[in-house]
Parts: sequence; C-alpha cells; structure tokens
Amino acid sequence: MGLRRILDDVAPHFDRGGRYEKLFPLFEAVDTIFYSPSKVTVSEPHVRDGIDLKRIMITVWFAAFPAMFYGMYNIGFQANHAIAEAWWVSSVSGWRGWVIDLLGAGYDPGSIWDCLVQGAVYYVPIYFVVFVVGGFWEVLFAIVRRHEINEGFFVTSILFALILPPAIPLWQAALGISFGIVVGKEVFGGTGKNFLNPALTGRAFLFFAYAPQISGNSVWTAIASIDGTSGATSDGFSGATALSQIATDGLPAVAAATGEPLTWMQAFLGQMQGSIGETSTLAILIGGVVLLATRIASWRIITGMFLGMVAFSYFLNFVGSDSNPMMALPWYWHLVIGSFAFGMVFMATDPVSAAMTDLGKWIYGIFIGVLTVLIRVLNPAYPEGVMLAILFANLFAPLIDYCVVKANIRRRRSRGILE
Amino acid sequence: MSATSKVLTKPILDNNPIALQILGVCSALAVTTSLQVTLVMCLALTSVTAFSNLFISLIRHHMPSSIRIIIQMTIIASLVILVDQFLQAYAFQISKSLSVFVGLIITNCIVMGRAEAFAMKNPPLISFMDGIGNGLGYSVVLIIVGSLRELFGSGSLLGFQILPTLSSGGWYQPNGLMLLAPSAFFIIGFLIWILRSRRREQVEIREYRLAPHTVEEGII
Repeated sequence: MGLRRILDDVAPHFDRGGRYEKLFPLFEAVDTIFYSPSKVTVSEPHVRDGIDLKRIMITVWFAAFPAMFYGMYNIGFQANHAIAEAWWVSSVSGWRGWVIDLLGAGYDPGSIWDCLVQGAVYYVPIYFVVFVVGGFWEVLFAIVRRHEINEGFFVTSILFALILPPAIPLWQAALGISFGIVVGKEVFGGTGKNFLNPALTGRAFLFFAYAPQISGNSVWTAIASIDGTSGATSDGFSGATALSQIATDGLPAVAAATGEPLTWMQAFLGQMQGSIGETSTLAILIGGVVLLATRIASWRIITGMFLGMVAFSYFLNFVGSDSNPMMALPWYWHLVIGSFAFGMVFMATDPVSAAMTDLGKWIYGIFIGVLTVLIRVLNPAYPEGVMLAILFANLFAPLIDYCVVKANIRRRRSRGILE
Repeated sequence: MSATSKVLTKPILDNNPIALQILGVCSALAVTTSLQVTLVMCLALTSVTAFSNLFISLIRHHMPSSIRIIIQMTIIASLVILVDQFLQAYAFQISKSLSVFVGLIITNCIVMGRAEAFAMKNPPLISFMDGIGNGLGYSVVLIIVGSLRELFGSGSLLGFQILPTLSSGGWYQPNGLMLLAPSAFFIIGFLIWILRSRRREQVEIREYRLAPHTVEEGII
C-alpha cells in the first residue's frame, strides 16, 4: 500500500523528538482519516465496538448531505423565483453571476440545475469560510493543548453552515464559528467535554450579536447586488419565514414562492424560505433514518422531543386563543416549519451535550419538545424556539442524569441490593 | 515592598476581587455598557470601600462581635447614601443610568468582605489603603469590560465615535450582544483565562482527576 508507506515514512518526524513534533495532531488526523488506528483502550470503562469516534462523526457528516443538497437547491429556487418575479432583474452581477454563467446555468426556477448552481454560489462560500476558520481554531487548540484533532469538527462545521440564513455576511459566519468552537467547545477541553452544542452556541452568538442579519424578513432569500434597468441594488429579497408569518397573521397567510398558500406537503418537502438546511423535513428525515439505523442518534431523544412537541401543541390547541394564531397551530405544522426537524435529528442528539442515561434521554427530549413549542407560541419576541430550547436543555442534561442515577441508587438500595 | 504598597497593588493582579475572589460580579455585568457610567461606578465603589474600611477599623475594638455585621452594614449604608446623594446633586444623568446599582453597593460583596477580612483586624490607615487597593482591582476589571463593551457594542468610547457605525454612514456593524449583560460574563471569563495562564498559582486545584488515557497496540 503506497499511502501507508508514505505515512509510515514521515511518521518519525512527528514523533517525540522529531522535527515536527508539535504538529503531531495534524499527522495523526490525516493518518486516521485513511486508516483505523491499531491502538485499543486497555483500561476501564471498556466498550468493544468496530466504530470509533471518527467513524461516528463522519457518518453524521454524510447524513447531513441530503439536507445540504436540498438546501442548496432550495435557496437557488427561492432566489430564482424572486428574480423571475422582479421584472427589473435579469441576472446576478459580481463573481456569483460570473460563476453562474461559467457553469452554463440560467435563472429558471423550474430547472433543478439552475437552482442548484444559484444556491451553491451562496452556500459553498459560507461552508468554505466556516470550515477553514473553524478548522484553524481546532488545529490551533489541538497543537497547543496536545489533544487529537477530532472529526467532531466536520459535524460542527456542516451543521453550523446549514443553520445560517443564505444571505449571511461571510465575516459573521467566521465570527460565529470561532465563538462556537472556542467558547462552546475548546475552552472546556475539546470534544467530549463541551456541555453545549458548539454549532448552536455559534448561532446563538450571531443571533444576539447581529440580529438584523440572522433573523427578520430580508435574509432568507439571497440575491447579491442585483443590477437591473432600474438600477436597484439590494442584498436579499424581502420575505418572512413561515414561522414569523404565522405568528403575525396565522396559517392561511403563509405563501409559497409561487404566491399561493403554502401547503403542508410543500413545507414537508421544503419549498419555503428559511435557514439553508432546515427547510426540508423529508431530506432531514432521510439523514435521520441513517443516524437511527447506525444507532448514532438516540431514538429516545428523537421520540421524546417529537412526543413532547405533539403533546404540548395539542394542549395549546385545546386552550386556544383569539389573539395568538400560533396557539391553534397543529403539531404536524410545528414539525415541518422552522428548524424543528433539523434540531430534532441533528442537534438534540449530539451525544456529548445530551443526557447520557436512558431515562434521562427521554426527559431531555420531552423537555426540548415542550420548550420549543412554548417559545414559539407564547414568546412574542422569538418566532423560532428550537435553538434556545436545545441550548437550555444542554445546560440541564447533567442535572437530569444526576437525578436519574440518584433515583436508581435509591431504588436499588430500598430493595436491599446495594450494601 | 512596604505594607502600604502591598495592600494597594496586590488586589490588582495577584488577588483581584473580581477575577480571583469572584466577588462583585453582578455590578460588573450591570453597569458596564458604557465607559462613562463604569468610571463613575468605580469611583463610587472605591470611595465606599475605602471609607467603610477606615471607619470600621477605627471602632473595631469597641464593637461587640455578636452585632458587628449590623454595625458594619450601618456604616456602609450611610456611606452609600452619601455617595448616592452626591451623584444626584452633581451628576444627575449618570446617577439615573446607574439607577439602583449605587444603592446596591451596600450588598456588594467586596465592601463587606474587606470590612470583615481586613478592617476588623488592622489599624485604620492601612485599612483605608486596602479599601483603595481593592477598589482599584475592581476598577481595572470594570474599565476593561466597559471599554470593550462600549467599543464593540456601540462603536464609541466615552461617547466619542471611534468606529463609525453603519447607521451613521460608517462601516462598523455594532455587536448587539455586547449591549446585553451576558457579554460581560464572556469578557470576564476571557480575562480570568488570560490572568490564570500568566499566573499559574491562581488556578484552582482540580476537584477530580481523569484517569490517564491508556492505549496499547492491539487487534480490533
């Protein structure tokens, strides 16, 4: 094997006393991407499994791909629709327009290729910036603190990129991932020691620091520097997300890109405005099936979050309200709009920041589901509640586990099993 | 180093009331959105701490120990009322933006802590200096936090525009998080991080120890 030989040849330079000793984490990261290490843990606790942390993370990374590709298509679809409706716009200027021309794509919202290219010129720069900046912090901490570079970063970077609105300025994306990686993860010792989900921490930072660019009505459809006959230039097309439209005007007011009312099926497939990866519940669920089949995501958390959401929205439907249209929103709409599905499949199930015990996972999931609906419906300041609900539950996860373990000890003691 | 300069300078880096003793953090979050308000708060707290130390030290031999806390509180409360009246008379706008936080100096742990830990055991003059020193330690942290928050939150320092903001035609996009209280938590956290990486002796002993990572060559 040629590659193995090359890696083995350079290995001594990175070992203790070698010329590039400090860069050992980089070498180790490259080596273990291609080959499973032959080292095994010898002390307790001891799990025998063919899968290691790297393979887990890479699986999650691949599982996010359906949502990513659909997201790219959808932001292109939304943008092309907006361009088609705005008579003064015929093309996109700047390097984006140049790339679109180069790839032979047009601005037809009906063409999958056109939409995919149009979306890619927005998504790819965001993901690239997030990956490079986040990777820089990851490698820097790995070298200074002498821990391994972890593929958890692959997951954090793609999930972070997917929960951003397409029109986000790139420097904000860089700042957000820096905050997420450094404050959300590395200051506590790196992967495995973070009590918050790093991707959500980064988004929460942007959410509170630069609210105009991450929420509101003009960030969900990206059209850069439109040059048209009227000379209008704008960075984005005005339009609210389904959630904020429902919060103000009720469900019937929500319009799809075509101008007709949004149907449930359209929302399920993801033909609506929103953060890049969050719109298509179907694409997210495909990733979710992969994660469940490989047992990487906990089915207890996912089911708990789903049931919590269903139960609490039924309760609010029952209570009812004349002034708040969100109170009447049925659970199957809560599932498909906003980022509920994305949070349920990819964010709440983060094994590090979630609860660890089986019963704890149920409580943790139900807590997030209830809290999400609570914030969405009853808090007028935030139309979306998934991000805050999951971060809040992250804080409680250790406490939930503690109580579950204590209750178990008490039960066993009362049976006379202990002592 | 003489005893006086020691009590004056120790609290700045070696025994900082906020960064090491983690006292008085609530006011550090509340009053640091603009530098001007921060400076006034620093002056108010420093003078209260210094004079409460002085007066408590003066009567320390005449206080029955069973009611000493009440006596200390009375002295501190009187001083705080004095400061509050002074601010209302001469700096009304700032007094309004400080609102309850001047009154809350009474409950600031630094004032009580120094009275109990230092003024009760030491002569008046050195107690006074200790009050000033701890006020300085508090001020250093607050001024750093206040400068960063005003600079990045509204692009200005002491009201002067340093970074021209987008809304006034410039290029700087203000960071809204900096205007919210949690940002002070992050900044103080970063300050403690920097301080403890310079002065290792301030790092607490771990409450637990992770078992070493043990790997061997083996067959998977």
